Amino acid sequence: MIAIADYGMGNRRSVEKALAHVGAESVITTDVRDASAIILPGVGAFPEAMRHLERSGLGEQLKERAAAGVPLLGICLGMQLLFESSTEHEGAEGLGILPGTVTKLESPRLPHIGWNLVTFARESALTEGLGEAAPFYHVHSFACRPSDASDVVGTSEYGERFVSVVERDNVMAAQFHPEKSSTDGLQMLKNFAALAAVPVA
Amino acid sequence: MHYKRVIPCMDVDNGRVVKGTKFIDIRDAGDPVELAAHYDAQGADELIFLDITATSDKRATVVELARRAADDVFVPFTIGGGVRQVQDAHDVLDAGADKVSINSAALARPELIDELATVFGAQCVVLAIDAKRRPDGSYEAFVAGGRTPTGKDAVEWAKEGVERGAGEILLTSMDRDGTKDGYELTLTQRISQGVDVPVIASGGVGEPQHLIDGLAAGADAVLAASIFHYGSHTIPEVKDALRNAGFPMRPISARA
Repeated sequence: MIAIADYGMGNRRSVEKALAHVGAESVITTDVRDASAIILPGVGAFPEAMRHLERSGLGEQLKERAAAGVPLLGICLGMQLLFESSTEHEGAEGLGILPGTVTKLESPRLPHIGWNLVTFARESALTEGLGEAAPFYHVHSFACRPSDASDVVGTSEYGERFVSVVERDNVMAAQFHPEKSSTDGLQMLKNFAALAAVPVA
Repeated sequence: MHYKRVIPCMDVDNGRVVKGTKFIDIRDAGDPVELAAHYDAQGADELIFLDITATSDKRATVVELARRAADDVFVPFTIGGGVRQVQDAHDVLDAGADKVSINSAALARPELIDELATVFGAQCVVLAIDAKRRPDGSYEAFVAGGRTPTGKDAVEWAKEGVERGAGEILLTSMDRDGTKDGYELTLTQRISQGVDVPVIASGGVGEPQHLIDGLAAGADAVLAASIFHYGSHTIPEVKDALRNAGFPMRPISARA
């Protein structure tokens, strides 16, 4: 069973329905300790999301489960939260599961909204079957700056070229919304669900 | 690569898709969610559902529509109609919609735009403007399906809306809507030049060339309804036409 981490923010239902569409069972929950895989979704501001995660104890659970090798997928703000810190608003510490920081996207027009081509730098479990590049739906103003270049799986271009997919062992993340990216996004979720060893149609 | 968008629009009355000619003479074009899933599979970049049901409390029906759409639609979609306050928008977004479109509620109380942008972010707020040409060549915002003038200049209203936090303008020409004569391009141009957020051109599409004209006039996205609903043109067909005209279009994978 895939747990969709519920901390009161973001597109939980869209993620749940997209997983159902690829035949993966999921549950929206505030307790991810028994899950075979975890998705951390998110829409909103980084500091507020971290406060929710800390207050609810979900943050500790996520760190513990990631360290235990459970597949973990961060989406959009959920990707950013996996890193060490962000400069959004007053700034905040992140979960620190992945090395690196989050800073504002260097672009004249923000937020970055819309379909954009993601170019894959290397093969990964998450992007299997997607070829060398595929379009995904992006909505964000900040971007992750991984300090370990080998974590980078995909990049997008908007004002600057930024990292939009990362993967480090069992921890992976996408800056865009696979659940809103039609067939390519569904393929990505299907790949993640396969890692979770849950039944996939 | 930022792609231009093709957006099929579904006007929904009592749970069914309709498309009227100048908002009168409404015909039935089917189940909105089934149609939307079909458009998603065909390569629609986004979808818009506008609930035009003439009841005082549309909130429950638009939330239900958002819930049903989220089950089967995996591209971003916007819901309009029935959003009058922050709580309405919250319920629609929580049900799975990506954006809400507001029109008459924003004209009645412009602060609604500020409130929605503050709570959900500008990317969730689409300001819909139904505009009609005045004899002097300017344009006026109308409500009630184009029946009631508001006295507001459409270009000024678009600027005010963006200042208040609208992330996108859905611009419909009431003179062209349902005519198949093409978008009102002067209007499209004026609004696109007047604001720095994406403009969705709407009203009057009868053939693929009209969509090309809309993007050439400065729109970031082009909306059409009846040409898709009645099958006179398919989405792959119009996207090919736009691509051939030099506009960047999202490539569609053959993956099921």
